[in-house]
Amino acid sequence: MKLNHMALSMCLLACACMAQAQVTVKDAWVRGTVPQQKSSGAFMQLTSGKDVRLLAATSPVANVVELHEMVMDQDVMKMRQIPGLDLVPGRVLELKPGGYHVMLIDLKGQLKGGDLVPITLTFEDSKTKTRFTQDVSAPVTALGAGNGPAPAGHMGHKP
Amino acid sequence: MAFQRRASARALWLALLLVSMSTLSGCKHTDDPVVPAFKGLDITGVNYGQDFRLTDVDGRERTLADFKGQAVMLYFGFVQCPDVCPTALARAVETRRLLGAAGARLQVIFVTLDPERDTAAILKEYMAAFDPSFIALHGDAQRTRETADHFKVYYKKVPTGQSYTMDHSAVSYVFDPAGRLRVVLRHEQTAQDYAHDIALLLKAP
Repeated sequence: MKLNHMALSMCLLACACMAQAQVTVKDAWVRGTVPQQKSSGAFMQLTSGKDVRLLAATSPVANVVELHEMVMDQDVMKMRQIPGLDLVPGRVLELKPGGYHVMLIDLKGQLKGGDLVPITLTFEDSKTKTRFTQDVSAPVTALGAGNGPAPAGHMGHKP
Repeated sequence: MAFQRRASARALWLALLLVSMSTLSGCKHTDDPVVPAFKGLDITGVNYGQDFRLTDVDGRERTLADFKGQAVMLYFGFVQCPDVCPTALARAVETRRLLGAAGARLQVIFVTLDPERDTAAILKEYMAAFDPSFIALHGDAQRTRETADHFKVYYKKVPTGQSYTMDHSAVSYVFDPAGRLRVVLRHEQTAQDYAHDIALLLKAP
């Protein structure tokens, strides 16, 4: 009986925590680099329970972090900084090769396969205009080892 | 009744049309093997992209003649590129794998459009991360511009924060083993498409 109560309260606690994490981050990964390479990209899937806007990102591995969009315009690749990305409830916002990414600029060191890159995302609630942050730990896929999260990567999730 | 007759006449006409079309295309394939059906754009005979003269990571000057007997896939990019270039190189690795034994006769060449930052040392490491057989070439600013112009490759520095990124053409050129420029493939195409066209070029007499 007592055990049941405990299980229930733990469940409630977990639910409460999940409700606090307003944005769910899945399959986050960062592309590895070679020594001296000063930039790379982070990719992930974001879902939100309400209308929010991704405004910015920071990471201790890079001096500058920007939100970027890559577009192909008549076979010319163009990459531009974007001011933010809107998340709509029920729709997955994909940051993936060929589209959006978190651009890590002026890297402080090489990003090797298996490293974990901490990234802090800043969101704004579209209605209340309140801001909140969410931490992500994105595993590095070694350069040349694939164009997505490393196969063993269940570490990309943030509870 | 009249409608039914009209409908069956139309079906017969359609069947005839299909048969004649397949016969025609059949003829084209058997009688004309010199015109392979590429997945990319057939650019055989164009007056640009004839050759290059650039330096490899060991300081040697390289031209197309060095790769006679191999299919050459040429891609222009830059190392600080977070997305399109590594995607293209990962696709080149996959293309070579799909070609099986014939993959040994494919030479992948990466030409940097950012010689300012892409030193020989960094290019060497970058290629090795994908496939040690891949060759990276570089020139000075002027030679880079001349080469890109000769291949109708667009590139431009774009400032971002305190640094810069580059807009650039993201196509791959493929030369046949005789050193003729034959096909251009787009970034959106799959490794299967690339392997298909390169296999055709390696098979051709």
